[in-house]
Amino acid sequence: MYKWFHQLGSPPTFYRWSGRWLPWLSLICFVLFVIGLYGGLVYAPADYQQSDSFRIMYVHVPAAWMSMFVYMVMAISGAIAIIWHMKLAEIVMLSSAPIGASFTFLALVTGSIWGKPMWGTWWEWGDARLVSELILLFLYIGVIGLYSAIDDKRKAAQSVAILSLVGIINIPIIHYSVIWLNTLHQGPTVTKFDNPSIDTRMLIPLLIMAVAFKLFYGIVLLLRSRNEVLWRERRSQWVKDTLGDKTDG
Amino acid sequence: MADFLHMGGYAAFVWSAYAISGVVLIASLLLPLFEKKKIIKRIKHMLQEDQI
Repeated sequence: MYKWFHQLGSPPTFYRWSGRWLPWLSLICFVLFVIGLYGGLVYAPADYQQSDSFRIMYVHVPAAWMSMFVYMVMAISGAIAIIWHMKLAEIVMLSSAPIGASFTFLALVTGSIWGKPMWGTWWEWGDARLVSELILLFLYIGVIGLYSAIDDKRKAAQSVAILSLVGIINIPIIHYSVIWLNTLHQGPTVTKFDNPSIDTRMLIPLLIMAVAFKLFYGIVLLLRSRNEVLWRERRSQWVKDTLGDKTDG
Repeated sequence: MADFLHMGGYAAFVWSAYAISGVVLIASLLLPLFEKKKIIKRIKHMLQEDQI
């Protein structure tokens, strides 16, 4: 297991391995998106309270889940990068930030579009869920900005790892904000696994979309990490060999 | 079909949310692909200069 982990951490192995998996991941992700979109937009019945507006959920909820999941991946790989000086972990941390920012942006925008017809407002500063999610976006932007602002890239990566670790405190705040502070945002309907208060025909497309979003993150993460690995290793023999060999994508 | 596009009167909200999501996701996918082309070009250029 350790040996496998260690090998995967070596740039040429990672590059070869990820190149082999990317087409399959993309295919599965695409199929899941098609099924999930059909399920969410057509198959799921209209909500008895929210009519068809609830269908925004199929992009809003997966984006919001991923905004937190990607943050955890970013912070944990940041910790691994600091403790074990694992280069690949540092790359995963750096590659995750822009994707996480996109998901957070989407969660905020689609939430706002959903909020207008349901709550009568685009935005509410008094709502803890909305504000903590906005802070998450600022954390991602902070991570990206801090890394590009520090010239010494070793120091930059360390500072970014520390910033993202400190920012973890925001994650439980986002998660529990709708339970602790009962404001505008509705409570969780899915994560009460013992008794989810949602129709199965509505739930299944949501779970499919959630898996599709997760795979999508994996794909973009691999693409970004491969770019970073290629550039960092530009002086090494394996990059010369890989680029010389036309058969490798 | 018209019913589907109408979205129970919420068409503007539902479709704009999906459109924005589509644009952001497709952009996140295309950006690293363009970036890769650029990086490969730069490295190949660099390797050529080394040979001279």
